[in-house]
Amino acid sequence: MGYKAKFRVWRGEGGEGRLEDFTVEVNEGEVVLDVIHRLQATQTPDLAVRWNCKAGKCGSCSMEINGKPRLGCMTRMSTFEEDETITVTPLRTFPVIKDLVTDVSFNYQKAREVPSFTPPADVKPGEYRMQQIDVERSQEFRKCIECYMCQNVCHVIRDHEENKPNFSGPRYLMRIAELDMHPYDVLDRKESAQEDHGLSYCNITKCCTEVCPEHIKITDNALIPMKERVVDRKYDPLVWLGSKIFKRQH
Amino acid sequence: MERHEYDVVVIGAGGAGLRAAIEARQQGKRTAIVCKSLFGKAHTVMAEGGAAAAMGNVNPNDNWMVHFRDTMRGGKFLNNWRMAELHAKEAPDRVWELEAWGALFDRTKDGKISQRNFGGHEYPRLAHVGDRTGLEMIRTLQQRVVALQQEDEKLHGDPEAYIKVFAECTITRLLKDGDAIAGAFGYWRETGDFIVFDAPAVVLATGGIGKSFVVTSNSWEYTGDGHALAMLAGANLINMEFIQFHPTGMVWPPSVRGILVTESVRGDGGVLRNSEGRRFMFDYIPDVFKDKYATTEEEADRWYDDQAGNRRPPELLPRDEVARAINSEVKAGRGSPQGGVFLDVSTRLPAAEIIRRLPSMHHQFKELADVDITKEPMQVGPTCHYVMGGVEVDADTGAASVPGLFAAGEVSGGMHGSNRLGGNSLSDLLVFGRRAGAGAAAYVDGLARRPAAAAGLVEEARAEALAPLERTGGENPYEVHHELQRTMNDLVGIIRKAEEISEALQVVEKLKERARHTASSGSRIYNPGWHLAIDLRNMLLVSEAVAKAALLREESRGGHTRDDYPGMSPEWRRKLLRVAVTPDESGVSVEERVQPSMRSDLISLFERGELEKYLTEEELAEYDAAVKES
Ligand SMILES: Cc1cc2nc3c(=O)[nH]c(=O)nc-3n(C[C@H](O)[C@H](O)[C@H](O)COP(=O)(O)OP(=O)(O)OC[C@H]3O[C@@H](n4cnc5c(N)ncnc54)[C@H](O)[C@@H]3O)c2cc1C
Ligand code: SF4
Ligand code: SF4
Ligand code: FES
Repeated sequence: MGYKAKFRVWRGEGGEGRLEDFTVEVNEGEVVLDVIHRLQATQTPDLAVRWNCKAGKCGSCSMEINGKPRLGCMTRMSTFEEDETITVTPLRTFPVIKDLVTDVSFNYQKAREVPSFTPPADVKPGEYRMQQIDVERSQEFRKCIECYMCQNVCHVIRDHEENKPNFSGPRYLMRIAELDMHPYDVLDRKESAQEDHGLSYCNITKCCTEVCPEHIKITDNALIPMKERVVDRKYDPLVWLGSKIFKRQH
Repeated sequence: MERHEYDVVVIGAGGAGLRAAIEARQQGKRTAIVCKSLFGKAHTVMAEGGAAAAMGNVNPNDNWMVHFRDTMRGGKFLNNWRMAELHAKEAPDRVWELEAWGALFDRTKDGKISQRNFGGHEYPRLAHVGDRTGLEMIRTLQQRVVALQQEDEKLHGDPEAYIKVFAECTITRLLKDGDAIAGAFGYWRETGDFIVFDAPAVVLATGGIGKSFVVTSNSWEYTGDGHALAMLAGANLINMEFIQFHPTGMVWPPSVRGILVTESVRGDGGVLRNSEGRRFMFDYIPDVFKDKYATTEEEADRWYDDQAGNRRPPELLPRDEVARAINSEVKAGRGSPQGGVFLDVSTRLPAAEIIRRLPSMHHQFKELADVDITKEPMQVGPTCHYVMGGVEVDADTGAASVPGLFAAGEVSGGMHGSNRLGGNSLSDLLVFGRRAGAGAAAYVDGLARRPAAAAGLVEEARAEALAPLERTGGENPYEVHHELQRTMNDLVGIIRKAEEISEALQVVEKLKERARHTASSGSRIYNPGWHLAIDLRNMLLVSEAVAKAALLREESRGGHTRDDYPGMSPEWRRKLLRVAVTPDESGVSVEERVQPSMRSDLISLFERGELEKYLTEEELAEYDAAVKES
């Protein structure tokens, strides 16, 4: 059942590195992260990789596999040919710390810039009454496991370091949408999504939606509706385009 | 060396650690949160089913007394009753508080928090969000920390003035000043540089120990660090022989063996069958639970719609019972092709409903095992899931016996007795996280002077941590780890006997020696081989604690099953096994303590008939006196 796979893994620290070739055993049912772990246990004990749950729930093991952002723990080896060389590299948008581990502090910074949930002052804990249908929209966004793959893939920052200060990225624009759609949140967040968090940089390419391992419809359900509401106050040609795409798909 | 001063240092950023830190900060204490993974990735994120709290939203008959009784029964009356009482009383407030911080639980028709059924809970009791409740909880607490930081930024111009997260930072030693806690020592995973925290109070919230077993639902973080740190600082552990093997872990493919299949599958109607197609749980209802569980499939099925008129399906017995039953079926040759049993929800609910209620299970099986759970049954078997044992603490404040040391969450012991009910952990984290945070804050307020770490301790801790990197030509730590996992799994697993446990202890002795000679190649920068070599000390100490306690306890109860002592003994119920480290830190020793009797108003909540199954004659006499009085 087992076979030897060819792996090419990015190794390096402190800004320097190279792809290293390995031949490593693969057994039935394994995922890429299993193979990385086998490399650690048998060939390169200091190979750095993040992981926790091994079940697609924690968002730690994001990496680029053959150039595509993927969760290592949810990428089965059976999706590759046995003679294929599998290239594993760190997320490109964030600075590399070592091997497959990147510095994702950008995301924590952005998280702190979104004003927190703000309920009305007079509702006490235990008094909240919400219908399932009214919480479902925000619940979809709260499925986010913070794997940062949407952040990694969004072209606004992927190759544009200079946009990072002004753009929160799909994950945190979606967080604003989530709060905006929360039945009890009282802040008006639309204006600030545009002004402070760079919603206008987004031109609805949907790359973020495509990589999301939780299958959250980031663009259609979070970003476009925000843009539509922002447009009440501000002209934004992309909203028109966005609604077109939206309608054609459904 | 990097050095920081705080009032309270919380080790762990799971539910317990975050709730403790929030409390300490809300009480005005300068608080550090230290964790091994990134912020928001702690184990709590993996919890699926829900948080138990007797809010009575779905069945108004529920209240704290019913929850208290269920918890004590689940733990086979070995629980610290004061903890079980506080937990049952305070869990609803803690869940509602999360909602006020932005959590979005699933709803009932009248707009309240919905509650689902779970094993051992008499009424639907678990607040949940689909099957990703832990994610909702950790995100909410994480966002609450951020909210406090935003407040501090407005007030003090610095978001980290009062609460700061030190992520990917591992604590390897607690520092002391005489008898009292004075801080903690650790290293940054990213750089390998060392860091010292000077603080009068430390809250341990490091979670569990599952990584000492091969088949486990736990992640790499669960190396029992907090358990070991507490012992090395002079505190005691209790109940270490009790380990919960969750009945339903994945069994195939081999690389995901052990990954959890949430109990919600059964709570929402899933049934267990053997290779003959029989719902075998009907054959395993123990005497103590006879009156509460259905004896026919018809009654069990009616229960989902009419809980007042029917008894519960036996699939929802406490976890220890179900795990043992599965184990027996497989041993008797009635297992599934891949060595488990069948768990089927596909014939019980419409596909759309399965996807709505159990989205992450659907996803997990599809992606990892090529199984569509809406069309075919899953194959499942027991997996090491949770440790009931942990740091012995004061129920009200979370204080350990060492002044300045507190513990909450899975690392603490007592609350769950010999077996934890599903859903009782998430609520435990909130209730006792908050109490430990408050306990630490009050302790700091009461101090006349700040302690200072004794000279030399930091240097010793540094040398200890560096040793594996400085040795050359030693053994690979992965090999030692693997052998430990196999040993614990095979010899101190779900069914135990004296010879095997003794054998495990001998192996552990040898592994300790080998661990002292492991060498890690590579640099100090993000080096997992080095980190594992450091963690081995903790795993070995904790494994020894588990095995020694398991050898002593000559009865079977909850998460401790002795093949050579199959019965439950009232005499043993009166005993707690307390573990401490030996003076030279090379191993552990165990002593027996008396389990304190339940307060009379609490014991009066039970019927005599039920207590007779658990208590000694002497305790029953106390009960009779209590009932007479009231
Ligand atoms: C798959 C799964 C599903 C579960 N489902 C449920 C459920 O539905 N309901 C329920 O009630 N319970 C459930 N449980 C149990 C429950 O999730 C855990 O018991 C609980 O989350 C533990 O929380 P904690 O706060 O104690 O620790 P954790 O959330 O595990 O956090 C431990 C923290 O300590 C840190 N840490 C550890 N060691 C160190 C160190 N040396 N230095 C610095 N930091 C350290 C870690 O980095 C981490 O941040 C489940 C468990 C699993 C594994
Ligand atoms: S849709 Fe917008 S946010 Fe998403 S990847 Fe494209 S530009 Fe970025
Ligand atoms: S939205 Fe999806 S892709 Fe983006 S961080 Fe969350 S889970 Fe990952
Ligand atoms: S390890 Fe958690 S998502 Fe991969």
